[in-house]
Amino acid sequence: MSDLLLQTESLSVGRGDRVLFSGLTFAVAAGELVHLRGRNGAGKTSLLEVLAGLRAAVSGTVARPAGGLHWLGHKNALNGDLSVYENLGFWCALQNCDPSPIAAALERLGLARLRHRPSRTLSAGQKRRAALARLLIAPRPLWLLDEPLAALDVEGLAYVGRMLDEHLRGGGGALVTSHQALPVDATHVQILELA
Amino acid sequence: MLRAFAAALRRELRVAARHKGDWLLPPLFYLIVVTLFALGGKPNDPQLAAFAPAVLWVGGLLSALLNLDRLFRADYDDGTLEQMFLAEHGPLAVVYAKLAGHWLLGGLPLALLAVPLALQLGVPTPVLGSLLTGLLLGTPMLSLIGGFAAALTVGLPRAAVLLPVLVLPLIGPVVIFGAGAARAAAAGLDAAGPLYLLASLLVLGLCFLPLAATAALRNSFE
Amino acid sequence: MWTWFHRLASPPTFFRLADRFSIWLAAVAVLLIGYGLVGGLVLAPADYQQGDAFRIIYVHVPAAWLSLSGYVAMAAAALVAIIWRMKLAECVVVAIAPVGASFTALALVTGMLWGKPMWGAYWVWDARLTAELVLLFLYLGVIGLNQAFEDPRAGARACGLLALVGVVNVPIVHYSVEWWNSLHQGPTVSRIGKPSIAPAMLWPLLSMSLGCMALFAWAVLRRVQNELLLRERRSSWVKAWLREREAAGRV
Repeated sequence: MSDLLLQTESLSVGRGDRVLFSGLTFAVAAGELVHLRGRNGAGKTSLLEVLAGLRAAVSGTVARPAGGLHWLGHKNALNGDLSVYENLGFWCALQNCDPSPIAAALERLGLARLRHRPSRTLSAGQKRRAALARLLIAPRPLWLLDEPLAALDVEGLAYVGRMLDEHLRGGGGALVTSHQALPVDATHVQILELA
Repeated sequence: MLRAFAAALRRELRVAARHKGDWLLPPLFYLIVVTLFALGGKPNDPQLAAFAPAVLWVGGLLSALLNLDRLFRADYDDGTLEQMFLAEHGPLAVVYAKLAGHWLLGGLPLALLAVPLALQLGVPTPVLGSLLTGLLLGTPMLSLIGGFAAALTVGLPRAAVLLPVLVLPLIGPVVIFGAGAARAAAAGLDAAGPLYLLASLLVLGLCFLPLAATAALRNSFE
Repeated sequence: MWTWFHRLASPPTFFRLADRFSIWLAAVAVLLIGYGLVGGLVLAPADYQQGDAFRIIYVHVPAAWLSLSGYVAMAAAALVAIIWRMKLAECVVVAIAPVGASFTALALVTGMLWGKPMWGAYWVWDARLTAELVLLFLYLGVIGLNQAFEDPRAGARACGLLALVGVVNVPIVHYSVEWWNSLHQGPTVSRIGKPSIAPAMLWPLLSMSLGCMALFAWAVLRRVQNELLLRERRSSWVKAWLREREAAGRV
C-alpha cells in the first residue's frame, strides 16, 4: 500500500466571489503522476494554488506531505536584474536548503554557460528551464507543476520527461497541468479532468 | 530565518547597485524641493529658518514616497512573491529585509542630506542635532508605513495614486513629533520629549507593521 | 450558541433579519433625534457663558463620539473578517466606512462652526482636531482602497488591514485632551461620577447620542444589505428575493 502524498476532501475552489468547482476528492500516491486537464478557465491554476497552500479554499480540506512540496506556477520567479545563479541562490536561502546542487542542476538543464547572465536576457524557454532547476536543487516528495512544458523546445521536453521519470521512480508524486501530452511513460499517468 | 533576511537584504542591495538611477532620484528630488522652497521665499528671510523643519520633513516624506510603489511590485510581477510565501520561514524575514533595504537606500541618505540642506535654509547649528535625530527615527517609520501601504496596493493598477492617500494619515504623528522636536530645539526648549515619542512609535511600528504588510501581501494572491 | 451565530452570519438569514430590524432602528432614531433636537435646540436654557452658540453641542458631540466608536466597530469587524474570513464581517467593514466618514466630517464642520464664536478661529492645529482630521483621512483611505480592488473580498480584507493599523489613532483622539494642552474642552460626561452639565441640557444630549447611534446602525445595516445583494447577485436567494419584490410590485 503506497502512502498518499496529497489528499483532498470535498474541496471547493473559487476565484473572487465565484466558485469554480466543488466537491473535489482525490489523492496522489507515491510514484503516481496525475495529469490535470480541463478547458481554459476551469480552475486548474486556482486548484494548484490552493493545493500548494498559497490561497485558501472555499471549503474542504487538503492534506500535504510532511517532506514539503514544490510548486511551479506560470511565472518563473526570476528577478530580471539578477543572474540565474543569484536567483537560485536567493531561493535556496529562503528555503533554507543547501546551495551546492545549483551548479549541477543548471548543468543538467543545459543552462551552465548562461548562469551568470542577467535573467532578463534569457529566452522564455531558458527561463522556464531555470525555474525547473529548483525541482532538482531541493528534493521534495510532491511536485505541483502548472504548465511546466510551456515555451520548452524538444530538448527541454526531453529533460522534463527524464526529471519526472526519475522523481516518480524515487517514490515522489506529481500533479501536472498541461495542454500537451506529458513526455513520460503513459502507463504511470492518471488523468484528472476538471469539468 | 536570519539567513533568509540576510539573503533578501543582499538581494535588494545588489539589484539597487545595478540600477543606480533608482536610488539616486529621491535625494535629487529632495534637493530640488528644498531649493525651490528657498527660492520661493524672501532672500535671507529669518522666517525661513523657523519654517525649515517643516520643509525638511515634508520634503523628505515626498522624496521617500517616490520609490514606494516599486517596493513589492517587481516581485509580484515575476512570481517571486509566491515563492516567498512557500518558503519554510515564510515571507516575514523578506518583508523586514525589503523595508530595511528601502530605508538604507532611501530614508538614511535623505536624513543625512537634510543636514547640509538645513544649513542652506539658515537653520542654527544647535538645532541640527535634534533635526537629524528626529529624521533618523522618523525615516524608518516612513519605510515601515510606506511599505505597508505598498503591500496593500501591490496588485492594483493605479496604486501610485492611492499610495499618498494611504500613507498621509498614518505618517501624520511622525511628522508632528519630528518637526516638533526641531522646533523645540530652535526655541531653546528640550527636544527629548518628542524624540522619545518618535522612538516609541518606531518600536511599535517595527513590531507590527511588517506583520501587517505580510498579511496584505498574502491578500494580493486572492 | 455558536450555531445561532453561524446561522446569523449566513447572508440570506442576516438579510431578512436586517430588513425587519431596520424599521425599528429607523423609528427609534427618529424619535430620539426628534426629542433631542427639540429639547436641545428649543427647550434647553441658554448657557450662561456661551449663550445660544453652545446648542451646536447637540450635533457635534454625538457626531464626534460616533465617528470614534464607528471606527472601533469597523476595526472589530475587520478583525473578524481577516481571522475567520467571514463574508458578513467584510461587508460590515466596507459599509461602515462611508457612514463613519460622514459623521467625522459632520463633527469637524460643526466643530469649526462652534470654534468661531468660542475661540475666535474656525480651525486650530491642536491635538484633538488634528487627530480627528487624521481619522477622516483614514476613513477616506479605506473607501478609496476598497474602490481600487476588483475582487470585493480581497478589497474588503485589505481595507480591514488598513482599518486595524489606523485604530491606533482612536485613543489618540479620545485622550488628546488629557495628554496635551488642548484648546478643546475636556470630557463633560463620564461614566462614573456626576456629569458637569445641567440635567435640562443633559437629557436631550443623551437622547441625541442614542438617536444618532440608532441612525448610524440603520445606515450601516442598509449598506450591508446592499453590499450583500451586490456580492451575491448570482446566488439563488437573491434571485428569489428579487422575484418576490417584483411580484409585490415594489422593484
